[in-house]
Amino acid sequence: MSACAEISSAVLALGVALLGAAPAAGAGRSPAVAPPPARVVSINLCTDQLAMMLARPGQLISVSRLAVDPRVSAMVDRARGFRPNQGGAEEIFLMRPDLVLAGSYTTQATVSMLGRLGIRVVRFRPAYSLADIRARILKMGTVLGREKQARALAEDFSRRLQALRVAARQRPRAALYFANGYTLGDKTLAGQILTAAALDNIAADLGFSGGGNLPLEVLVMARPRLVITGTRYPGASRAEAILDHPALGRWRKGGRSDTIADADWVCGTPHVLRAIRGLARVRRAVTGEKP
Amino acid sequence: MRWRLFTLLTLLVALLFAASLLTGPADIGVTESLRALIDGKGGATVLVMREIRLPRALLGVMVGAGLGLSGAALQGYLRNPLAEPGLIGVSASSALGAVLAIQSGLAATLALALPLAALAGAVLAVLLLLLLSGPRGGTLALILAGIAVSALATALTALVLNLSPNPFAASEIVFWMLGSLADRSMRDVWLALPLMLAGGAALFSLGRGLDALTLGEDAAQSLGIRLPRLRLVMVAGVAAVVGAATAVAGVIGFVGLVVPHLLRPLVGARPSALLPASALGGAAVILAADIAVRLIAPERDLKLGVLTAIVGAPFFLHLIYKTGKEAP
Amino acid sequence: MTLLQVSDLTVIRRARVALEGVSFALGAGECVGLVGANGAGKTTLMRASLGLLAPSRGSSSIAALPPAARARKVAWLPQTREVAWPVSVRELVALGRIPHGRRASASDAAAIDAAIAAMGLNGFEERTATRLSGGEQARVLIARALAQDTPLLLADEPIAGLDPAQQMTTMSLFREFAGKGRTVLCALHDLGLAARYCSRVLVLHKGRLIADGRPETVFDAGILATAFGIRAHFEIGDNGPLFQPLEVL
Repeated sequence: MSACAEISSAVLALGVALLGAAPAAGAGRSPAVAPPPARVVSINLCTDQLAMMLARPGQLISVSRLAVDPRVSAMVDRARGFRPNQGGAEEIFLMRPDLVLAGSYTTQATVSMLGRLGIRVVRFRPAYSLADIRARILKMGTVLGREKQARALAEDFSRRLQALRVAARQRPRAALYFANGYTLGDKTLAGQILTAAALDNIAADLGFSGGGNLPLEVLVMARPRLVITGTRYPGASRAEAILDHPALGRWRKGGRSDTIADADWVCGTPHVLRAIRGLARVRRAVTGEKP
Repeated sequence: MRWRLFTLLTLLVALLFAASLLTGPADIGVTESLRALIDGKGGATVLVMREIRLPRALLGVMVGAGLGLSGAALQGYLRNPLAEPGLIGVSASSALGAVLAIQSGLAATLALALPLAALAGAVLAVLLLLLLSGPRGGTLALILAGIAVSALATALTALVLNLSPNPFAASEIVFWMLGSLADRSMRDVWLALPLMLAGGAALFSLGRGLDALTLGEDAAQSLGIRLPRLRLVMVAGVAAVVGAATAVAGVIGFVGLVVPHLLRPLVGARPSALLPASALGGAAVILAADIAVRLIAPERDLKLGVLTAIVGAPFFLHLIYKTGKEAP
Repeated sequence: MTLLQVSDLTVIRRARVALEGVSFALGAGECVGLVGANGAGKTTLMRASLGLLAPSRGSSSIAALPPAARARKVAWLPQTREVAWPVSVRELVALGRIPHGRRASASDAAAIDAAIAAMGLNGFEERTATRLSGGEQARVLIARALAQDTPLLLADEPIAGLDPAQQMTTMSLFREFAGKGRTVLCALHDLGLAARYCSRVLVLHKGRLIADGRPETVFDAGILATAFGIRAHFEIGDNGPLFQPLEVL
């Protein structure tokens, strides 16, 4: 059950900005005073990835099961080297960690249970912007006692991001469109990836800042040049059927194209740079610009 | 008097159909949208009108007419005003059939597998109900059997969706329980249409037999009605119509209950006259409900079944109260 | 002319013999009473004769007909007076015209009018059938059977629940019906009315036909004792046949 909830939360990770008001409990304690943690367990897809990038060898002992799912995780190969966890309190307690890394949407019951069992839990809010990524990297460094590595990673990220920001002659209009007609505005990580790749977000023009449902006919009337959809899952669902609606199909035939927001888009890590580069390539294909 | 009623109902359906075409989040003027619909010039507007709003309105008519018609036919056959595909579990079983077809991948390989699987689910449910309660088997037996069939089918549907590898599937239990016409396409129209037409024609052919059944089974048979044949046509017709409707729109309850109940006095209670009246009435109700969900909460996919239940459940209670008083 | 020929009709249900070897024939112009104690097999005999019940053995000329043709030959008035929907009296009576084609014709209207008039239902045409009293509803259902306009009418206790005047009116109507060359077979509990109005009486006892003939021959002390376990007085007086039950044996 909790595994199922975790999957859905990962799926929605692209759009959680809408719920940004949730408190980041546990983050307020002062980690710098204590010695660096020795046995760290991460139970959230995004903290998994940041921790894998920053932890010293042997420090991180387990990552969430989702970290090995190529549909949502950008670091599958690295994650295979760690013990996977399902995110349940009992299972984590038995690993005897001295620090648990969780997302701010991790089940409250699990977090409180771990707290009662005397395990320190640090929760990370999702990144809602490219600037947030830098902050999350630095926070992870502080929490793990790897400040130096974190600063280096953050600097590198900022430099490469700067290099990607090119002046584009045209900014084609694009829309993020996921299952159930869910779209994302400019105050979301995916929205910022769009902007960074020199695309105009239709959802932002229509007044969405976070996520929300964009009726199909409004999308069609907005005439986007590019539609970015989510990774498709096996099995079938009516939620995803909207992406195959003939109205979108007809519109695709009219010379527009679409692309997929893959695992690189999900978490606020330096992997979003890869997403921006990929999207910029698609943009150039749409506009006919040369790199 | 009856002709006036049918004219009025037809007019109402036509009006609501037009209103449905003109209702939507995209801000398109009346003349512009109608022109786009008819002459097909206007790019995105044409797409919106022909590919999004037209199938939704058409499905509203088809699903509503099918539910109203099958409600009237079931009630006529069972001689019980509480018989309704949604309440007695026929829709829920159709939904189970449809979900199985989708999740097993059968629907992806053969498009027609979806409505056919829903039809199979409906057939099973109708047969089970006839076996458990039978005609004149009493209201209590019918409702209890219906609750059991409904609960089992809904639970199995939820189970199948929960076990799906697709993370979105689990959240679709709501769709299958309460139904929606949002973002359906012409594909759904073509998928449902053949079964709807065949089932509808079968049910319309029952008029005289259902009239005769007013006097009970023995008297009906003595009037020359072949009861086994009538039963077969009724089961097949209801299953085809409800199966096709559920496969594309999910379970929408109470329409088949409320519509015949409201129209019965207006057609002089004759089952044969109630069939076409309920078809028209059902179409009007679903079109109106589908317009309402778009007006009440345009940003959310409010389910149709929510509205029909809010209106229908009190009717149902009223009917139970009345039949309870008549036959304790 | 024989309207109904029943030969060796036998019905065995759940290992119980409900009807055994019943044979009789009904000619035109008879008003026949079918009598017998409760459970003697009256309803079973009628339903098997109509083909509504498959016999274990034997045959009925009517049951062999295809349903549509049978419905133009014989009308059936079941004992349970079911009216499922609140239709008008006229609509209900009109149901009797179902076997006579889809389109409403002048002969349909005439038959409906005649049936309504025969049962004294003028003025009731637009009343709702389900809201009538028991006796009124019984008359409406008889009118429905009359509207079917068949040479043969089988009725299962058609006068139960009617008041004495209505009972007599109905029975004399059946006799009148027989006078016009048609035939009525009706199951009755009231032996007095059977004696008075029927030209012929069939007596069933435990599924067997133990007597068949004119009332004066059938209402014999031995037959009454066997079939009903009663002693009765029967005479044909100045006012016609008179039957008076005296005691339970």
